[in-house]
Amino acid sequence: MSKPLLEVNRLYCERDDRVLFSELEFQLSAGEIMQIEGQNGSGKTTLLRILSGLSLDHEGEIRWRGEPVAAVRERFCAEMLYLGHQAGVKAALTPAENLRWYAALQPACASADIPLALERVGLRGYEDVPCHALSAGQTRRVSLARLYLSRAPLWILDEPFTAIDKQGVAAKEKLLREHARRGGSVILTTHHELAIDGPVRTINLDQRAGTSA
Amino acid sequence: MSTGTNPGNVRRGSALALFTATVRREFLLSFRRKSDLANPLIFFVMVATLFPLGVSPEPDFLAQLAPGVIWVAALLATLLSMDALFRSDYEDGSLEQLLLSPQPLFVLVLAKVAAHWCMTGLALTLMAPLLALMLFLPADGMAGLLLSLLLGTPTLSLVGAIGAALTVGLKKGGVLISLLVLPLYIPVLIFGTGAVQAAVTGLPLAGYLALLGALLALALVLAPVAIAAALRISISS
Repeated sequence: MSKPLLEVNRLYCERDDRVLFSELEFQLSAGEIMQIEGQNGSGKTTLLRILSGLSLDHEGEIRWRGEPVAAVRERFCAEMLYLGHQAGVKAALTPAENLRWYAALQPACASADIPLALERVGLRGYEDVPCHALSAGQTRRVSLARLYLSRAPLWILDEPFTAIDKQGVAAKEKLLREHARRGGSVILTTHHELAIDGPVRTINLDQRAGTSA
Repeated sequence: MSTGTNPGNVRRGSALALFTATVRREFLLSFRRKSDLANPLIFFVMVATLFPLGVSPEPDFLAQLAPGVIWVAALLATLLSMDALFRSDYEDGSLEQLLLSPQPLFVLVLAKVAAHWCMTGLALTLMAPLLALMLFLPADGMAGLLLSLLLGTPTLSLVGAIGAALTVGLKKGGVLISLLVLPLYIPVLIFGTGAVQAAVTGLPLAGYLALLGALLALALVLAPVAIAAALRISISS
């Protein structure tokens, strides 16, 4: 049994005097897909932001490959891909320019793969169109193209399927499955029924709320 | 111990590549939104143009005021443009990606500020001689004006960026930036106008320029660290 990639111990978080979750513990091993469930406002996005290291407003411990995340931050950032609520796509830039900058941020991404990644998300022919001329779903696809560029083992995806059509969702589900088969792990939130053949672990945040003593 | 990718090896060569990639992106963004580019410059010209109409068109009088007017206008034009530095990145989520990069944040923010300075501070410096002519600044003062602006405006951009980073998470950060940053701008203003006045009266400039240079060196070393820390705080809440 290999060491878990990500290990969460006794995570506690409250917002506006409301306990979102407490004593949250789980481990994520290579090849696992984990879905965070919960109603709107149950803290799914907050949890993902904490796991990615964006939000520091929490108690508890998060370990990456057995070491505290804060101590190995640089390595953790290089091995993690975070796709947030906002697409992180600049409207004034074209899809290719957006991805090129992303590839500069993440050294593990090769900018030579950008045309291929755009083709795989169905944006072939839109490489030189500014993103403000694209539809909401297409803008989201620009963001999702990062999944095809990245070689990071851990993906943290916040509502990745928003505004994506059925074929697109099916393609992304296939991608997640392939990623897990290659030994990668995924943590995601979605209100969409996942149709991934293979085990998907779920954590329901609704049951966690208010469980503090 | 290390499995998978090894960022250490990739990173070393790429800090410069990251810097140029970020500067290029900022330039592209500015040139696609030309109004943002023109705003501080128009403000700069307007203040200097309206001033003689408001006070007095007397050349002797204007020549006395010119160093102060040009410097104050440049300072306020920079301040006005600061709020936008991180705002759009914050709103579309690019800032999150920037903070999650394994690359040194120091380099990233320095690249953003450098690009911002080229579009405001440097452009203002290049326009200043024109305004100086309009305000009858004696020809002797021109070198002092250019040099002091060239050394002073990067400090304004760096210090302003700290304020912008601290207030980026707030709905109405514009006013707060001014309050935070203006006190820190005052030394630059005093030494900047001092340099121009010294140049006009034929006194040696070196002392003023050395002080402006010292302020710039200090800002260059400390501000990127402060900006990076402020961005982490802003995005964390």
